[in-house]
Amino acid sequence: MSQLTNSSKITTDLLPQKFGTGGRIWTGILVVLCLVGLYGYYRQVTVGLVVTNMRDYASWGIYISNFVFFVAISLVGSLITAIFRLASVEWRTPLTRIAEIIAVSAILFASIIIIVDMGRPERFTHLFLYGRLQSPIMWDVIVITTYLTISVLFLYFPLLPDLPILIKNSKDGSVRQKFYKFIGSFWKGTAAQFRISENALRIISVMIIPVALAIHTVTSWLFATTYRPGWDSTNFGAYFVSGAFLVGAGGVVVAMYVFRKAYKFEAYITEKHFDNMSKIVVLLALVYLYFNINEYLVPAFKMKKAEEHHLRSLFVGDFARLFWTAIVMSMIVPIVVLLFPKGRKPFPAFVMGLFVVVGAWFKRYLIVTPTMLSPFLPMYDVPDSYKQYFPSWEEWAITTGSLAGTLLIITIFTRLFPIIPIHETIEEMEHIKHEKV
Amino acid sequence: MVDLPKIIPQSEIKRRNFLKGAGAMMASIAGCNSKDPFTTEGKKEQVQPSGEMVKLLSTTGEIIEVDKAYLKPTEEIPSITHMAERMGIEGKKFVMVIDLSRCRNLKKCQEACNHAHFVSDHQNWIKVYPIQDAENTSPFWQPTTCMHCDDPPCVKVCPVDATFKRVDGIVGIDADRCIGCRFCMAACPYSTRVFNWDQPIVPPEVLALQYSSETSCPPKIGTVSKCDFCPDMARKGELPHCVTACPNGVFFFGDLNEDTVTNGSETVRFSELIRDRSGYRLMEDLGTKPSVYYLPPVDRLFPFKDEDKHEAKPELHS
Repeated sequence: MSQLTNSSKITTDLLPQKFGTGGRIWTGILVVLCLVGLYGYYRQVTVGLVVTNMRDYASWGIYISNFVFFVAISLVGSLITAIFRLASVEWRTPLTRIAEIIAVSAILFASIIIIVDMGRPERFTHLFLYGRLQSPIMWDVIVITTYLTISVLFLYFPLLPDLPILIKNSKDGSVRQKFYKFIGSFWKGTAAQFRISENALRIISVMIIPVALAIHTVTSWLFATTYRPGWDSTNFGAYFVSGAFLVGAGGVVVAMYVFRKAYKFEAYITEKHFDNMSKIVVLLALVYLYFNINEYLVPAFKMKKAEEHHLRSLFVGDFARLFWTAIVMSMIVPIVVLLFPKGRKPFPAFVMGLFVVVGAWFKRYLIVTPTMLSPFLPMYDVPDSYKQYFPSWEEWAITTGSLAGTLLIITIFTRLFPIIPIHETIEEMEHIKHEKV
Repeated sequence: MVDLPKIIPQSEIKRRNFLKGAGAMMASIAGCNSKDPFTTEGKKEQVQPSGEMVKLLSTTGEIIEVDKAYLKPTEEIPSITHMAERMGIEGKKFVMVIDLSRCRNLKKCQEACNHAHFVSDHQNWIKVYPIQDAENTSPFWQPTTCMHCDDPPCVKVCPVDATFKRVDGIVGIDADRCIGCRFCMAACPYSTRVFNWDQPIVPPEVLALQYSSETSCPPKIGTVSKCDFCPDMARKGELPHCVTACPNGVFFFGDLNEDTVTNGSETVRFSELIRDRSGYRLMEDLGTKPSVYYLPPVDRLFPFKDEDKHEAKPELHS
């Protein structure tokens, strides 16, 4: 009897809830930001890329750094869901869906933002008509579509056992119920179905890890396959992947805190979760710091002529303030704070997660722009405005719009589906109970 | 220049006259072709002979003289297919030699190039850099074009084959295929590529033309442009615009297979020039294998003036 009330309490706790005032305002802001971004893109399509502040030297700008950011943060899906699953990390259950929806929405917007960067987006089909496999861009197209597909499946399969619960708890005949039925009425919850689902998830867990490593390694190769100072590095794949895991873990900590506050999930996302995730953030930040030392200090020791302009601009030049802020904010401060048990409490961990994510975004900016402005031959025979780069309002609007877009997808998803798996949580509680008996 | 001996069997014909005639003949043939070749319609037209005679080469190789008034102007039609443009000129391997000892930053090359290709402001395909490698080394002017690398980093990274390597060594751009990802610009170590961020300003009659990767015209918004080594001129047997525009003969252009390069007035053996003058290529260590060679700035015709250096500040006009 107590078990029944318990599972029904979990169900009512975790079922998607209607937006409160805060939720409505939040969603409204996101929609407005997306619309402003759309308007910026409308301007860009009608007028041309001239509305951006990119020019022939800084020919890649924040669209590309934003793209790298999205690909990076999407790696968290494979970390929390696949790696934790394979490593049998027990406490992962309430975090898996959070991580996976972050992954899906981020990788979706990564593909959108890369089309935004194109001079001729209407020729997107040329990639399939005339595609050449020797170009790293084609590798990226292939691995990103693969990762998106696998990530959607990884989100969908564990959702299936929750769908009967959602169908039962939604108004009969409503559009929403029809939608739930459409995507999951075939799920009867038989032992055979569970077995198939379990097998499929195991296969996907193994498959997604190399694909996840591949998306970010290939993204790093977009840079590392060129000769440019700051990109011409054999370290780049590992450097990008480690940075990606860090920003993803930071993103999950932030999301955990927000969901916990917004939906009163204190009983499900506990302090223990923050404690554990914080330790993971420390580990990942240390690894990323290690790669940063390799990436910057080793070339700085030699100071080759071609590298000098680039390194100086980062260490003491135009980008110095941003560079040191990003390093301190996204690595050193989180490492120090999260080493202390008090720092791993929900709120400080949330702040550190924010630091990691914001710092990571600017870190991607610092990977793209300073290198573009350090060509082999000096920047010459162009107006001064061509020798610097600061994004135009259209670029900011589109970039902010894309970031708002990912948050909007996550928000809408949370409105439609339980962000913490209901079925799995109930099962886990029963499991614990059995062990106690 | 390179093709001339093939085209002209009779050495006594003056080149200039001949070219004029050939163009006119093509025009007349094209004019007739549009209708029935046996039509008598031509007779109905009353044309007053102008008295100015033009020499033409008949299909049998004879020189014939025709009154200018009988020749009809016709629209320029592309003489070669899109595929042939991507393929290049069989049997050729174009090279350029830039003699740094003769350059005094007159920028006539840039002017001629910009004019011929409708290059937008601040997007020069040819740049004349003031180069000083170290504090105590001597400064000099270094004109740069596209290097037309034999191992081109830009072609390697293009996802759609919009930039390609031709059999004659030229790296071309197909602006009808380019998706504008600008990966080639990131890949090029010589910063030679420019992007049409805005609608290029070109005369309407040029805009109406079919795009040709040999003239790089008309430039198209949202695509990449760069120096194309003027293969259209080579097909006509003429030199690239920069070569003919330079009053100091800085640029030598020619065919590696013939081992001959010329700046319009001097024609020399490529191998001897490179050997005797210690020719080199830019950024050899990157392994890009450029088709553009440089002769070091020794025994200079002009000193590198200090005021040149101040002048070297970017100016607002191109």
